[in-house]
Amino acid sequence: MTTPLDIPVAEIAAGVRIGKLSALDIVSLALARVESLQPQLRAFISVDADRAMNLARKIDEQRAAGREIGALAGVPVAVKDNMCTTFGATTCGSKILAPFHAQEAAHVVDQLESAGAIVIGKTNLDEFAMGSSTENSAFFTTANPWDVSRVAGGSSGGSTAAVAARLIPGALGSDTGGSIREPASFCGIVGLKPTYGRVSRYGLVAYGSSLDQIGPIARTARDAALLLSVIAGHDPRDSTSANEPAPDYVAALDRPIRGLRIGVSEEYFGAGLNHEVQATVRAAIAAIESQGATVLPIHLPHMKYGIACYYLIATAEASSNLARFDGVHYGHRTPRPADIIDLYSSTRGEGFGAEVKRRIMLGTFALSSGYYDAYYLKALKVRTLIKSDFESAFRDVDVIASPVAPTIAFPIGEKSDDPLAMYLADIYTVSANLAGIPAISIPCGFDASGLPVGMQLMGNYFAEDRLLNIAHQYQQVTDWHNHMPALG
Amino acid sequence: MTTRNLDIETVRHVAHLARLRISDEEAALYAAQLSKIVAYVDQLNEVDTSNVEPTAHPLPLMNVWREDNPTPSWTPQQALQNAPQSQNNFFRVPKVLDQESP
Repeated sequence: MTTPLDIPVAEIAAGVRIGKLSALDIVSLALARVESLQPQLRAFISVDADRAMNLARKIDEQRAAGREIGALAGVPVAVKDNMCTTFGATTCGSKILAPFHAQEAAHVVDQLESAGAIVIGKTNLDEFAMGSSTENSAFFTTANPWDVSRVAGGSSGGSTAAVAARLIPGALGSDTGGSIREPASFCGIVGLKPTYGRVSRYGLVAYGSSLDQIGPIARTARDAALLLSVIAGHDPRDSTSANEPAPDYVAALDRPIRGLRIGVSEEYFGAGLNHEVQATVRAAIAAIESQGATVLPIHLPHMKYGIACYYLIATAEASSNLARFDGVHYGHRTPRPADIIDLYSSTRGEGFGAEVKRRIMLGTFALSSGYYDAYYLKALKVRTLIKSDFESAFRDVDVIASPVAPTIAFPIGEKSDDPLAMYLADIYTVSANLAGIPAISIPCGFDASGLPVGMQLMGNYFAEDRLLNIAHQYQQVTDWHNHMPALG
Repeated sequence: MTTRNLDIETVRHVAHLARLRISDEEAALYAAQLSKIVAYVDQLNEVDTSNVEPTAHPLPLMNVWREDNPTPSWTPQQALQNAPQSQNNFFRVPKVLDQESP
């Protein structure tokens, strides 16, 4: 039976607008479903039900009184718990921040709620967004709705599991090296990492500041476009936020894709790629071709250095960003410090989890005297080459198609003792962050065991409208996005 | 081009630079894991970057200016709201002066 949670963001908002749906009913349904599935999925770190229901009541009252309500009025959504909210706590999936209550909401949270969306809670993530499975969360691991013995992906796995399980129709994640796209692929939904600077990072707890972007997670490209329209745009509080107007992403969905040039680089189909993922993604590319697009071979010779380059730059930036967690300004503080150095060291040793410590140390090493040129500076130079590869490719093609991840969702625990194996889950996604270009993950089929496979489309700077356009046109001729995991 | 092994001493030094207290077990584990990761990232040495400029940021960065107008800001109470310890509108920490750094 179809419930309001099975219908898209756009239809919920339209239903609330004309009074066919009540915001309170929808939000109550979402809260009930979150609660009943939390033991199986563990998608949420916190939920503020009273606040959500009060906001929903207000929207119903405003509508009944004939007042203007926003484009997303009455739509229940969630944000990854590395985005600040003035309600509840912001944990980043870490013990070191407990308890932390932000004074201001993240720009994206304000934007969503100004448009009438109702943020019902905060979703689980790998600690400080460092991971590809949510297994690095200090609290619990989020399960994949398609098979609860497997990971939802990460680091935005709480948001993607919540949307895939139809707890909510849309959510936000953040993506530093693939943290929106890989879990979207593992959960069979749409996830978009915008161009660096397209969405304000104000109020997003920083991991890798030259790589981080916030983006929408939804079941359809249309819903992702609607969410992006609300969160994109210039924000003076983030000095790296792009000072140019965002186009109408929804209006761009219906453009024809005939004649578009799709680049395919064999570097993305090499060793390590699961053969079912490979076949599924190639079939999806063929489907786009049969809609009138042209597929052209391209060459991205430095793509294979992406992981090495990324894990030096991201960790170097993280080692600097995470210096602020020192037991002085907020969060955990060691109970009986011997002196100021011990205050810092013991607080951080006690508060950070294993992967965060590992990345802080790798980054500190890469930046340390004697190693800076060989590691950090070298990675920045290779980054230039990765970026130039894309710039050359986009002279010949409009978008680049590839797998999102080399495998389907892996079993919980499979890679948790092997950090390098976990890093390689990001092999196809990190290059877009290094170059700063937008990229989307689109559900494009299932493997023999019924687990979702995602296709990635990467575009030129600020070409989110084109990525969403192709994804939408693909979803007009396929129904992968309508498949539903068999959950209670 | 040699693979650099991160021994326990290097790991302890890096942990000190990062102000991270780690146990002996952690130091041994991180030495093994970070050595493997550093061996992997050493593949960047294959790439000739002799005439390549570094990219620290994906988009051109420029100074962003605004008018120097006063706007509301946080009260001291707000700024200290999350502090583990505070006193008289300051963050409280152990004594810093008259102390040798280890």
